[in-house]
Amino acid sequence: MASLPPDPGESSSSNPPVLPPAPGWQGIASDWASDKDAFKQVPWGKAMMWIFLLSDTFIFSCFLTGYMSVRMATTSAWPNPSEVFALTIGGKEIPLILIAIMTFVLISSSGTMAMAVNFAYRRDRAKTTALMLATAALGLTFVGMQAFEWSKLIAEGVRPWGNPMGAAQFGASFFMITGFHGLHVSIGVIYLSIVALKVLRGDYERSGNYQIVEIAGLYWHFVDLVWVFIFAFFYLW
Amino acid sequence: MMAHAQGQQHPISLYLKIWGLLFVLSTLSYLVDYFHFQGYLRWSLIVTLMLLKAGLIVSIFMHMAWERLAMVYAILVPPLCLLVLVGLMATEADYVFLSRVVSFGR
Repeated sequence: MASLPPDPGESSSSNPPVLPPAPGWQGIASDWASDKDAFKQVPWGKAMMWIFLLSDTFIFSCFLTGYMSVRMATTSAWPNPSEVFALTIGGKEIPLILIAIMTFVLISSSGTMAMAVNFAYRRDRAKTTALMLATAALGLTFVGMQAFEWSKLIAEGVRPWGNPMGAAQFGASFFMITGFHGLHVSIGVIYLSIVALKVLRGDYERSGNYQIVEIAGLYWHFVDLVWVFIFAFFYLW
Repeated sequence: MMAHAQGQQHPISLYLKIWGLLFVLSTLSYLVDYFHFQGYLRWSLIVTLMLLKAGLIVSIFMHMAWERLAMVYAILVPPLCLLVLVGLMATEADYVFLSRVVSFGR
């Protein structure tokens, strides 16, 4: 492997410049067949975050597939999420309203995060920190509403092994899927707060590399992405 | 494509537009439940709106639209295996359901 002589027209200390890829499949094939790094011009931190998110996709998909199986296989009626998650506001019962608000809160947090990444690359530290902390605050709001939702359901007698509304598998699916997602949101809040404070302190000024904000952003958008699927399959189906 | 040394640079207005679009799509999917659509209409609307939202988040917010294809395919193709898992589990669950009906009579 190491027996290839260096190219005559090239100095051995610096890497050759990476050319833009050929379009379509040709570019993919030549990138993967180059016997070096496959993800050219993609910083390793970003590539690793993407691969972690890919593995997380499989975990969440396993939960959602498990939920699909128990819901298809049960012979008793599945509790109607529209009624289970309804709230009475001003004497009127509004279906699924809490979940809708949670969805809007999480989408807004994704919006502020996307803008934080943008300001980070412009090296506007104050705005980046403010937007990231706003994202974390929206995340905390989401977790708070989830805690409210959990306590409401627990008070109504929903348990992982049974509930008064119908199929016993409802509780196990609900606590497992939303619990694991809520854990991701909570970890994301901590992660974003740490990076935001480091940006504010100027830790990345010396290198001038604000890639870490984009990488943290990828994690946060993924949490929002998972919620899109949970909202569709668990709450709306 | 942008050079990655400077990172991804897109106008803020793009993010605001996508944000607004995600709000509209979420409202529409909430209305599917609010107006009690049922059956295939309900399921196709839910899945369509879900895929539109997921596509916008991945391509714009997560910048997939501007990444090199070698990485895009490495991330987006493997999850297709999950469709096989879903297919297998759906068949299995159907069988369990039938067995329960036959054995327990409900």
